[in-house]
Amino acid sequence: MPVMREPAPSRGAFVDFAPEATSLEVSGFGLRYGDKPALRNLTLRVPRHRVTAFIGPSGCGKSTLLRALNRLHDLNEEVQWEGRIRLEGQDIHAPEVSVAELRRRVGMVFQAPNPFPMSIYDNVAFGLRLQGGMRKRRLDDTVEWALRSAALWDEVKDRLQASAWSLSGGQQQRLVIARTLAVGPEVLLLDEPASALDPISTLKVEELIRNLKSSLTLVLVTHNMQQAARVSDYTAFLQDGELVEYAPTDTLFTNPRLRRTENYITGRMA
Amino acid sequence: MSRWWQGRARLPRGEGPWAWLAAGSVTLSVALLALLLGLLAIRGLGHFWPGDIALVTLEDGRQLAGREVKEVPLPDGEGRERLYRTGNRELDGDIWAWVPVAAIETVSHPRELVSLERRHWGELVGRLVAWVPEQGPRLEGEAAWSALQSRLGTLERQREALERWREQTLSPLVRRLESGEADAAATDALQALQARLRERRAAMAGDRLILATADGRRLVQPVEEVLRATRPNAMGVLAKLGAWGRGAWRFLSEGPRAANTAGGVWPAIFGTVLLVMVMSLLVTPFGVLAAVYLNEVAHQGRLTRLVRIGVRNLAGVPSIVYGVFGLGVFVYGIGGRLDAWFFADTLPSPTFGTGGLLWASLTLALLTLPVVIVATEEGLARIPDRQREGALALGATRLEMLSRVVLPMATPAMLTGMILAVARAAGEVAPLMLVGVAKLAPQVPVDGDFPFLHLERKFMHLGYHIFDAAFHGGDVQAAMPLIYATALLLVLVILLLNLTAIFLRHHLRSRHGTLSQC
Repeated sequence: MPVMREPAPSRGAFVDFAPEATSLEVSGFGLRYGDKPALRNLTLRVPRHRVTAFIGPSGCGKSTLLRALNRLHDLNEEVQWEGRIRLEGQDIHAPEVSVAELRRRVGMVFQAPNPFPMSIYDNVAFGLRLQGGMRKRRLDDTVEWALRSAALWDEVKDRLQASAWSLSGGQQQRLVIARTLAVGPEVLLLDEPASALDPISTLKVEELIRNLKSSLTLVLVTHNMQQAARVSDYTAFLQDGELVEYAPTDTLFTNPRLRRTENYITGRMA
Repeated sequence: MSRWWQGRARLPRGEGPWAWLAAGSVTLSVALLALLLGLLAIRGLGHFWPGDIALVTLEDGRQLAGREVKEVPLPDGEGRERLYRTGNRELDGDIWAWVPVAAIETVSHPRELVSLERRHWGELVGRLVAWVPEQGPRLEGEAAWSALQSRLGTLERQREALERWREQTLSPLVRRLESGEADAAATDALQALQARLRERRAAMAGDRLILATADGRRLVQPVEEVLRATRPNAMGVLAKLGAWGRGAWRFLSEGPRAANTAGGVWPAIFGTVLLVMVMSLLVTPFGVLAAVYLNEVAHQGRLTRLVRIGVRNLAGVPSIVYGVFGLGVFVYGIGGRLDAWFFADTLPSPTFGTGGLLWASLTLALLTLPVVIVATEEGLARIPDRQREGALALGATRLEMLSRVVLPMATPAMLTGMILAVARAAGEVAPLMLVGVAKLAPQVPVDGDFPFLHLERKFMHLGYHIFDAAFHGGDVQAAMPLIYATALLLVLVILLLNLTAIFLRHHLRSRHGTLSQC
């Protein structure tokens, strides 16, 4: 087995998994919106088939980092970046990497549910149809599988042709997750997926996240530290565009190594 | 839950005079609109009503027959005078008669008064004296009337058959000859056909009517010239309603006669609708693409903002300016060039180098382009970015994102733009006068001849028809009801076009909920 070069550790980065268990690897990554720096020299590894949470105060850059992981910044002409992000060892910015292919491998779920104005079925089939060449029968099966994986099948199986906008907010968010799962990603990025939902819907989404990690690598951005504590295996604390501390969730919340982390956690959790 | 018809519109208490002022302006606007439509409807629809013919006997014993139009005070302020529409233009040189009310001895409505609508000279009012067929006995009285009625029915059918025959047999031959494809044999065939046409026309012309006017003058009228004969005073309300319906239908379905002062407006309806439809087909794709570029593709810098302001200001340019542009660039520029390249053999008579449906549609498309761009752009701007990101995050390219998510969501906005464009274009007359509208073009631009849609042809337009009848006809008073009817029709056509687009938009919206939900 090739020995992976251990990246230069950022301050406070302390994780206990082996290099070969790395799914996403961010090294020396910085990003600016025009003149305004948003991320500075970030280095961290995201473990495969685990839930990793990014926490931090508003404007700390956690969402920016998440969006960098599937190159959603590409369209914004003001964004300049440096450093490297690797998915399973391959640089995602390499010229031979197709953005569309990358985004199929690294799916993303946004803060507010954003189902398309189509039927439930068409929403889930959207990504599959983009790839084309799938027979109706297999399409049906994949849609059903994706909806089951997102724990939505039982609620919508009788009205697949109904408008996706007729679903409740929590159902819409699970539909969006199903839509993303349908294209078969390796990594799922979740940008505050429950912040617009009521408590019961939130619990359902959290349960879904825990269930999905057996087959997916999940990265979760959240404002809610209880949520991070409930669902994640590793937590990274970001502040002012820098990675402050990155550790297994239990360690970070019970025994933070840095003062800044402790202040943030206790200040909010008290 | 209160329904809209249960809800009470009520001024809020203590709101003071401004609320009354606001409510008053709404009332005034609605009242003025109702007045406008009401006037158009009454004057326009009344035109087809077969009113009673009055037989007026004057103190000096003279008699005249006609329909009362209006009664006004005499200029010197003593007494009043009435205006009668008497017809019989070829006898009196005028179809109107002013009569002082004081000079009228009696007014009666004898049942036997006849009104003939003729191909030339307009209406004839008088008594039917005799029916003189080419062969057979001369008939008088009631027998003459029934003979005339049955003959008119036959004539109508013969006329229609002749018209069809001319359309199907003669016209294509003429067009082939004009385009230079046919040979000498075709010329001979044409002459034979034309001779036959003359023969058949002559065969219809044999029967004659003898009539007497109210003041006793005799008149011989060839039956072939008569389109319709009625005895309004003998008709019941139901019969009059039937005649009214048939009159309205003829107005909608027939071509104009007598220099646009009589007959129908079918070619103008067709021209207006076709013009607007071709215009919509041209302007919508252009406008949508421009809006997509401005909102989705272009870098949102100073230049884009400048272009946007420019587009918005173009909407305010007077329409006649577009007409001048269309004439100079489309008709003379592009049209002239096209003629020189492709239709050189027919020059100097122009094909595309003169006003026509295509250039008029293009000019109107240019005129309405800003409206479509602005409306579409507003629709695009209302679509939240998370919809775009959602599509991109599923591996869609930008084109796929636009075509599968953004544009379908913006369709209602595009249709709103189209509705506004139609509303503006259907009422435009000024630019059309420069780029292709015709006073008289009974041949509609769609027919059975390849390529079926003749975009180079001139066309008629309801708006221009009104203008022409009002300002270029000889007798404006006579054309007035027709102008009202045409104006009403123009409003209805625009309404119908708009309703179609609104229905389409509603249908698209209700398919998957509305934008406000996302």
